[in-house]
Amino acid sequence: MSSDHDTAFIDLRAITKRYAGVTALDSVDFTVQPGEAVCLAGENGSGKSTLIKIISGVEPGTEGSVRIAGEERPVLNPRISAAAGVMVIFQDFSLFPNLSVAENIAFATQLTQQERFYKAGAAREIARTALERIGVEIDLDARVEALPVAQKQLVAICRALASRAQLIIMDEPTTALTEKEVRRLQGIIRKLKDEGVAVIFVSHKLAEVLEVSEKVVVLRNGKKVAEGPASEFDTQSLTYHMTGRDVAEVPPSDVRAGAETLMEVRGLSKAGSFSDISFELKAGEILGITGLLGSGRTSVAKALFGLVVPDEGAITVEGHPVPTGDPQAASRARIGYVPEDRLTEGLFLSQSILRNVAIGRLDAHTKSGVLNMGGLVSEAADWLKRLKVKAPDVNAPVQSLSGGNQQRVALARWLSRAPRVLVLNGPSVGVDVGSKADIHDIIRDLASQGIGIIVISDDLPELLATCHRILVMREGRIIDALDGRAVSEDELARRLAS
Amino acid sequence: MTPQTASRNITAAPEFRLLIIAVLVFGLMSVLSPDRFLSSQNLTSMAFQFPEFAILALAMTITMLTGGIDLSVVGVANLSAVVAALILTQFADPAMPAGQSAIWLAMAMAAALAIGAVAGLANGCLVAFFGLPPILATLGSGLVFTGFAIAMTGGSAVMGFPPTVAVIGNAQVLGIPVPLILFVALAIVLHLLLTRTAFGLRVTMFGANPLAALYAAIDINRMLLKVYVIAGVFSSIAGLIIMSRANSAKADYGSSYLLLAVLIAVLGGVNPYGGYGRVIGVVLAVLSMQFLSSGLNMLGVSNFARELIWGALLILVMVINTHAVSALRSSLKPSK
Repeated sequence: MSSDHDTAFIDLRAITKRYAGVTALDSVDFTVQPGEAVCLAGENGSGKSTLIKIISGVEPGTEGSVRIAGEERPVLNPRISAAAGVMVIFQDFSLFPNLSVAENIAFATQLTQQERFYKAGAAREIARTALERIGVEIDLDARVEALPVAQKQLVAICRALASRAQLIIMDEPTTALTEKEVRRLQGIIRKLKDEGVAVIFVSHKLAEVLEVSEKVVVLRNGKKVAEGPASEFDTQSLTYHMTGRDVAEVPPSDVRAGAETLMEVRGLSKAGSFSDISFELKAGEILGITGLLGSGRTSVAKALFGLVVPDEGAITVEGHPVPTGDPQAASRARIGYVPEDRLTEGLFLSQSILRNVAIGRLDAHTKSGVLNMGGLVSEAADWLKRLKVKAPDVNAPVQSLSGGNQQRVALARWLSRAPRVLVLNGPSVGVDVGSKADIHDIIRDLASQGIGIIVISDDLPELLATCHRILVMREGRIIDALDGRAVSEDELARRLAS
Repeated sequence: MTPQTASRNITAAPEFRLLIIAVLVFGLMSVLSPDRFLSSQNLTSMAFQFPEFAILALAMTITMLTGGIDLSVVGVANLSAVVAALILTQFADPAMPAGQSAIWLAMAMAAALAIGAVAGLANGCLVAFFGLPPILATLGSGLVFTGFAIAMTGGSAVMGFPPTVAVIGNAQVLGIPVPLILFVALAIVLHLLLTRTAFGLRVTMFGANPLAALYAAIDINRMLLKVYVIAGVFSSIAGLIIMSRANSAKADYGSSYLLLAVLIAVLGGVNPYGGYGRVIGVVLAVLSMQFLSSGLNMLGVSNFARELIWGALLILVMVINTHAVSALRSSLKPSK
């Protein structure tokens, strides 16, 4: 064991991190050897982000010691950490979209070398070397914003390499990749390991990176609950360790025979985002719309609620046409929309839990201009109770809640308006596995009450656990319509990424 | 809610801090200059002085709640006053019987309020439909409004009103100055509007997160129009008070009031990024500022130094509030 610590590139001992009374990490030991790939798994709030923040110097630990490359680091900040070779690639890659590939790759290097002037030739050289190391070719002069997602990721990897990375930490590296791209990434990871560069994958979709990893570390509630060779884990055992229980889900029951058509979408098109989207939704039906990042699924979801203005096409609800491109008209037609990004789009974070629900029902509780506050509050409180939102104080800001409870608040707002059609974009993004199953229960339950539900998601188990039908999108078109209860996860993944 | 948590909530509110500040400033000035500051003459004179800029601060408050700002409040006030003054000087002879001139005064006031509403509507359109940042939209429109006022008057003061005009700014009802009554009434109206109506709740929620407001299917444009119209009408009322107290109207009266209105709103705990603010806080801030201003005056501090103190105070309050807000945030968000 001691030799492990001696050779380790990253060696954290008994790291504890407390924030205002909350223990985010509880005496965690964590080592990464040079050239080793480690999967760091855990639900949201398990402490994996905190661990990464400590390694990358963004936040200090409350207790415990950090050694990087054999050296004790009592004081750490992002610059020291980066100078020691720790590079983090965030999910959004943090690239400069308006700059070229070469500039993006060489930028950080030139900064750390204290160059006062930007040297285009040197930058190209740095970029070329980095690209050669991972054996890919990308046009050095291409603007990064014009690149597909997978290539942006490669640029980010090259940037890390050019800055002499000894350890690359990748946050959710496979979310936006097709199967082929994932395989290419795996190849690149192997190459990096051969060169002695270590990798940490932070993810809750680990199956894809499991096979190139040596070690798996699972965190739960700030504690390390499992650690071992990657070969000893599979998706199921990971889920078990992450949640501490087996989560089994039952697919939805049949749509009532002869259920009327609630929503009809015909030929919805928007140049550059989606084209000829047509489908029907029956009362009590749960329809999944999936596709990789960039397939247009989110734009379609927004168009259904008037947030994206389509060039062509029509939407009707219960036979009545709904004007497109007008959220209020959609809302009047009793379409509800729970956005993917709760924090910026879904919730008023600084406002109270109650208000976040009540905002949807202001008009219903207004009589001759005066708001009936009592009625509004009691109705909102009632919905919070029905959705089992765990909140110590409903007057506390909604940002004090966990992800799962926040999502319930967002749902409660729309449910209080008695929607006919509910569009849920990423209903369990950033929600821990336990709450996820609860949210799926709620979705199935709502459908059984006759609400038509559209689930937009790239979480395949989620789609299979909730949907009657699944539409697969690619490059803005619907390319497949599958029976959600007959198709297997592998088959769905293949259709998605082929 | 137990009595204990209720009292803790009250002391934790930013408005409570303000109450203490107001009391402290009042106490300090009373000690430093007891004969003059506490004289009934001074107290009455303060009650006549502050309503005009306090009402402008209320106008500022509602726009700030949406995360916006209205830099045209003084421009609107002066334009409204100039229009009212031109009507009065044109049609109401100073020698006219009071009953007759009162009719003209009512007409002039109605015209002023209409100007305020139209100016506010223009601001609202710029912000809502053209999507301009409120700070730039109202900076520009404020210049336009001032420009109109200059064009109408040639830049000189309009005067020669019938005596009835003095009612707005200089009269007392049951010993209470009319401007103070107007301010209290408007403060109550705004308070009720913000806390007891759907509109008020939408204003605050929009200020807290405009994007979420869009996703919650709130009619944002209509709400913004209303906000700026209210700000415009409030400004024009302030303009009428200024006109009456000065017994004249001019395109560039009250130029220091813009800074003061912003300062009071921010001091009053209104979050300049939107989403939080209470009328009671603004009222307490108004009192603090007036006590400070009168007190400094009595201690012989010049008007120039006063502006310096105001500006420094604005920055100080922003620094303190920003830090309080970020400390609050970090204590709420433990980990992700």
